[in-house]
Amino acid sequence: MEPMTVETQTVGTAPTKRREQRESVVIRFAGDSGDGMQLTGMQFTTESALAGNDIGTLPDFPAEIRAPAGTLAGVSGFQLNFSSLEVYTPGDNPDVLVAMNPAALKVNIGDLMPGGILLADQDGFDAGNLKKAGYATNPLEDGSLAKYQIIVVDMTGMTLKALEDLKLSNKVASRCKNFFALGLCSWVYSRPIEPTLNWIQDKFKKTPELVEANSLVLKTGYHFGETTELFAVQYEVKPARIAPGKYRNVTGNTALALGLLAAANKAGLPLFLGSYPITPATDILHELAQYKNFGVYTFQAEDEIAGVCSALGASFGGGIGVTTSSGPGIALKQEAINLAVMVELPLVICNIQRGGPSTGLPTKTEQADLYQAIFGRNSDSSLPVLAAATPGDCFNMAYEAVRIAIKYMTPVILLSDGYLANGAEPWLIPKFENLPPIPVQFRTEAEGFFPYLRDPETLARPWVKPGTPGLEHRIGGIEKEDVTGNISYSPANHELMTRARARKVAAVAQDIPPTTIRGDQAGDLVVVGWGSTYGSISAGVDEVRARGKTVSQVHLRYLNPLPPDLGGILRRFKTILVPEMNMGQLLTILRATYLVDAVGMNKIQGQPFKVSEIAAKILRLLEG
Amino acid sequence: MSDAAVATAAPKLTRKDFVSDQDVRWCPGCGDYSILAQVQKVMPELGLPREKFVFISGIGCSSRFPYYMNTYGFHTIHGRAPAVATGLKISRPDLSVWVVTGDGDGLSIGGNHLIHALRRNVGLKILLFNNRIYGLTKGQYSPTSELGKVTKSTPLGSVDYPFNPIAVAMGVDATFVARSVDVEAKHLQDILRRAYEHQGSAFIEILQNCNIFNDGVWDSLSDKATKADTVLLLEHGRPLIFGKNRDKGITLGSDRRLQVVTLGNGASEEDILVHDETNRPLAYMLAHLEHPTPIGVFHATARLAYEEAMGKQLEAARQKLGPGDVNALFNRGETWIVE
Ligand SMILES: Cc1ncc(C[n+]2csc(CCOP(=O)(O)OP(=O)(O)O)c2C)c(N)n1
Ligand code: SF4
Ligand SMILES: [Mg+2]
Repeated sequence: MEPMTVETQTVGTAPTKRREQRESVVIRFAGDSGDGMQLTGMQFTTESALAGNDIGTLPDFPAEIRAPAGTLAGVSGFQLNFSSLEVYTPGDNPDVLVAMNPAALKVNIGDLMPGGILLADQDGFDAGNLKKAGYATNPLEDGSLAKYQIIVVDMTGMTLKALEDLKLSNKVASRCKNFFALGLCSWVYSRPIEPTLNWIQDKFKKTPELVEANSLVLKTGYHFGETTELFAVQYEVKPARIAPGKYRNVTGNTALALGLLAAANKAGLPLFLGSYPITPATDILHELAQYKNFGVYTFQAEDEIAGVCSALGASFGGGIGVTTSSGPGIALKQEAINLAVMVELPLVICNIQRGGPSTGLPTKTEQADLYQAIFGRNSDSSLPVLAAATPGDCFNMAYEAVRIAIKYMTPVILLSDGYLANGAEPWLIPKFENLPPIPVQFRTEAEGFFPYLRDPETLARPWVKPGTPGLEHRIGGIEKEDVTGNISYSPANHELMTRARARKVAAVAQDIPPTTIRGDQAGDLVVVGWGSTYGSISAGVDEVRARGKTVSQVHLRYLNPLPPDLGGILRRFKTILVPEMNMGQLLTILRATYLVDAVGMNKIQGQPFKVSEIAAKILRLLEG
Repeated sequence: MSDAAVATAAPKLTRKDFVSDQDVRWCPGCGDYSILAQVQKVMPELGLPREKFVFISGIGCSSRFPYYMNTYGFHTIHGRAPAVATGLKISRPDLSVWVVTGDGDGLSIGGNHLIHALRRNVGLKILLFNNRIYGLTKGQYSPTSELGKVTKSTPLGSVDYPFNPIAVAMGVDATFVARSVDVEAKHLQDILRRAYEHQGSAFIEILQNCNIFNDGVWDSLSDKATKADTVLLLEHGRPLIFGKNRDKGITLGSDRRLQVVTLGNGASEEDILVHDETNRPLAYMLAHLEHPTPIGVFHATARLAYEEAMGKQLEAARQKLGPGDVNALFNRGETWIVE
């Protein structure tokens, strides 16, 4: 197809446009880190949510904060899947790619669906940028992208023209071009732009000239879509059928922060976050730091060790201590987590996993810290491990982590990952009154008090706030004598206490709800997953089922202890497939725990599974 | 009931109220015994109910301390006591939180936490037992051991230059910096009282004898025969005079350095520096004085404690935004209704 280039001045009378329905659309905005692509994507998401679609999003940031402009390293992307059906993932391959410069094109074009729309900013494809991206000729013009519908628009030029009267510097004015792209895409997919206009009002209220400029450019982009001949069709994606109620968008990190806050409030305890910044966990610290009027303490510690230690100190004081980090930080915290195991105080450790050992792939996603969470401490050191499945589920599991930590007087590790942390989905807003109760009992009665006298049902020891008269006592990391909590090096006592600690954690299984099986209760194949793979696995399973095949799905949120009914379920299937973004960690645990011949499917690319990859694997297994 | 009401209503406490039922396991003759005795002596005099005291320690012989105090106590992990104590103090400013640490615990593995607690001015009373050796692990040199120290891990003598704990604390602008000696019962008690009253971090280096692995390191400072000539007692508002015959003193030389002079020998009392705890530059200089070795309060100054500053922020946020409403927070931002 011949590339179409549009001159700014060719806007004539509005041609009549066709309207076409689409079930779902996946769009990716890509540009230089300075181009505002995250913001554009987020606003397009809000518009789509307000249009009633179900949505899934995935931002993709460069690892370097200020990579040189125009280079491949500086490309920032944001993908959105919006649909009239249920959405599980941000989508595999975009139908539309918006590329603001050659680097963005080069990094992303491989993902674009054949026949997909490539919308490029003409101005961004100048000689300098082409060279920086390593193009000898302009790919928009040299025929190399013939399998796509190329639409080249002079977004920068039209942005500058629209702002001529405002007397902004060229630099400031051209930075508004992302709103042109947003306006244009909003028209193409029949999104309302009012929410973005309101948002601009609010966001730039301190600089009225930017309110005016961005609003103007947004509308210009929108009207350009209406009048240009480049787009003969306007697409429409009908509202999805989703559970009724009030919604908002949340990212996993926001949901996690809200879950912690809600649980602390339900328990009536002060929330204390001790944390040290690390991607992709830092936004939880940012979020909770805004909740000071709720009495939330956020302490940016000198390192991860101090983060967890300060949280444990707060728990000792009768608050709910929380620490947030990612794999490298969790490695530093493990000794203190083990102290929490020994002193049996509530503590919540959130690991927002990222890719690779050491610094690895800080901005990419992986779920390879399951071993670290379950086995990564010295000695027999069991603690509950939970994992969130979707961005919204981060709320539920954070709440659950606090509840379990308090009920069983134990540290709890909650696993999320970069994909959930930054991904967003519509969230059915809960009512605080309807959340499950979190009873807390501080011991105040001196009569019959022993620091390690356990509750018969939960095996939890009593929680005593320092300051309570008559209950002065000492705790510490040295092995404790059963009941009294005095230091004890007795061999028999050590075995007894080791077993008691393990039994206490095992007792958490009594709180795990029955495992949900999507699909048939027994059969040839069950796909077992955990964490953020939920979306891809669900969509992959649905795709296979849509072809008339039978396959079932189980997704684990409780990884230690495992659900009590899991062994029975696994035995009802001939084949067990365990897709993971690691080398097979849950796989090993399932094989060891249940002696089942489960098979793995492993992707270690810092990228989530594609739905098509999961579906293909299932089909291969079903065909035997 | 307010804290004050509890304090007045409570029966008078004695030393015994602060002695726990645990057998003390330090080696006979260890300097830690004397320190424990002084702390147990001072606590009941402070007017705070026993349940309001918390002792938090790391790992080492010294860090066994909390087990012997009949207060709330937390024996944590090596080097991390200041971090644990910080979390407790921030969220429970009503408690009197004491940290017990050693020269290895506080200055080697836990050096980072110690300096950050001090620079933040968290209201912790930090007692660093300095025996210039790793006691619990049986006698390796520590970050305060003198250069050339021969130990099992340094058979040919250590080659690393030691920390000066007072200078470290001064270097991070700690607001209360003092030194005392395990066997100087009365002096140590006075310093403990001062530390208790100080708002913010109080750092006390306590020179402590490990009679098993480093016996006699501080002898010249504690031996009755020599100490008058080796120790300089720092007293606010008093001249820096020492010596058996109180005939030696500290002056500021024409080279702007501290100088030891003999009175009468061309120097008169007017030339002697008067100690001023609020004079930070003087404290810096005294921190580096070795002969004589100063004991007492080097520096004390008022600065808002970290936990107070944080408490004020929380209160200001409540004033401005009202007490948090979880439902309102859930509904923040763009929302939409699905019918
Ligand atoms: C993580 C860790 N590393 C090492 C040790 C071993 N260890 C225990 S105490 C100690 C040194 C203690 O020296 P110091 O703080 O001077 O205390 P002292 O025994 O002299 O009072 C060491 C190395 C430990 N318990 N934990
Ligand atoms: S080893 Fe030294 S410091 Fe430790 S208890 Fe014995 S004498 Fe005291
Ligand atoms: Mg020592």
